[in-house]
Amino acid sequence: MFVLPWLIGLAVFQLGPMIASLALSFTRYDLISSPVWAGTDNYARLAQDPKVARAIGNTVFYTVLHVPLAIVLALALALMLDRIGGRGAGVFRTIFYLPSMTPYVAVGVLFLFLLNGQAGMVNQFLALFGVEGPQWTTDPDWILPGIVLMSLWNLGSTTIILFAALRNVPAELSEAAMIDGAGSWARFLRITLPMISPALFFVLIINTIASLQMFDQVYAMFFGNQVTQQSSGDAALFYVVYLFQQAFQFLHMGYASALAWVLFLVIALITFVQWRVGGRLVHYEGGERA
Amino acid sequence: MTAPERSRGGAGRVFFLIMLAAASTIFLYPFVWLVVASLKPRAYTFADPFVPWPDPFAPESYVAVWQAAPMLAWLVNTLVVGLAAAASVTLSSAFVAFGFAYFRFPGRNLIFASVLGTMMLPAAVTLVPTYLIWNAAGLTGTQVPLWAGNLFGSAFYIFLLRQFLLGVPRYVFEAARVDGASYLDLFWRIALPLARPALIIAFVFELKASWFDLMKPLIYLQDPMLYTLPRGLKAIVDQFYQGGDPKWEIVLAAGVITTLPLILIFFLGQRYFVRGIATTGHR
Repeated sequence: MFVLPWLIGLAVFQLGPMIASLALSFTRYDLISSPVWAGTDNYARLAQDPKVARAIGNTVFYTVLHVPLAIVLALALALMLDRIGGRGAGVFRTIFYLPSMTPYVAVGVLFLFLLNGQAGMVNQFLALFGVEGPQWTTDPDWILPGIVLMSLWNLGSTTIILFAALRNVPAELSEAAMIDGAGSWARFLRITLPMISPALFFVLIINTIASLQMFDQVYAMFFGNQVTQQSSGDAALFYVVYLFQQAFQFLHMGYASALAWVLFLVIALITFVQWRVGGRLVHYEGGERA
Repeated sequence: MTAPERSRGGAGRVFFLIMLAAASTIFLYPFVWLVVASLKPRAYTFADPFVPWPDPFAPESYVAVWQAAPMLAWLVNTLVVGLAAAASVTLSSAFVAFGFAYFRFPGRNLIFASVLGTMMLPAAVTLVPTYLIWNAAGLTGTQVPLWAGNLFGSAFYIFLLRQFLLGVPRYVFEAARVDGASYLDLFWRIALPLARPALIIAFVFELKASWFDLMKPLIYLQDPMLYTLPRGLKAIVDQFYQGGDPKWEIVLAAGVITTLPLILIFFLGQRYFVRGIATTGHR
């Protein structure tokens, strides 16, 4: 009886819609007239749509840059927090998390100003070193790097997860290794990294899934407004943005459903591969494996 | 905290403190810039970005944004939707989590696997059909779709609360059963009070998620009076950021108003945020 709400919710808002969107993906449906069976037309169209290719390219480019950079930087911060420990670590941790409490739309709006090519703070900072910064928000070649830069402001959760994992590494392990003559680099590679590998693996998966679904910041910055939309062209077209446009601006519900299912399959596949590969690399204390 | 490093003390620690302070400056300064720029006249928005106080000082932008847009209505909408979303997801998830933690019934593991499965399900997959459901119910154009989906529990919180309730010794429940308590009593009088920390984690996270949400308001709301703050901020940036007569100070002030309440909530519930992230990895 108690799990009934979940079962209803599962049927109405999860499984039902999943199956419905699979069914819709084989139709043409514009909300006004009833759905028309279209076979695999949507999928054929998707495979040839240059905008889909562009959106996939942008999304992959972003994910491949963002995920490793975010994890390495967050790990560096977490290691430093771990070294100083105590009350100080708590204060810094709070500071690092604050950007993650800023609504994505506000982040996008803020970086529209900070990344402004003529006068933004980022380029004025670069100018202090005699570097002429690029037109982050208007030059199609620099829009994605700018978005990656913005995304790296948001390391709070990843840092907290890795920091928590580091705190759980028993100090005796490191001490024992040091007595055996292991240098700090060897201790990091042989002890710290394996001990926190489950957490690293976890942040890899959640950051990848989130990156592939990037929407809010990018939409706030580059879409919905005629001027910004034209000046950015398709340089900021992320996959979920395109899906959103197809569904709710052009009312191509069938085509959008096909796009959604492709995304679902891709995310499931990537997660599965990461799981299989990661399962071999991750060290679980006590020998159990995922 | 590795003891050997600590005992080495001195130089290493100071170096890390300096590095962390530098990183903190990078993370904090965009906030400083936002607040300072929102308090300057338009002609000075981009001037002297490294001076951390407004010169010249011009707080009029906050009056202007109040006149340009129904900010108060948006703030109230955000709070109402956020509280409805957080309260409904917390209660329903706790209800379901109690079911998983206390009862043994056929198919339990399979159904619990479905909970874990939907944690992986990208929201984009259910976007269109969910819209069609609310459309068929005649509720598009209202705020109901922004929170009512939460009435059936949400995978992350069910998982979190179940883990928490599994930590409660079974004899606590059994003793109450012997004293004649009904299952609903067990839920209301024992499970809920005991799960308080986990309930607060779920509540603050959902409040944050609702406060962040841009896509659902974009899809479901047409009437600007019903907008939430993120949707309103999007409308403001579309109207005032570019074009013939940009009003940057209005955009920036709206950005501050959208962000500040959440930062305050964070400081109140900080403990729970940190614990929640460390245990569930919720972003």
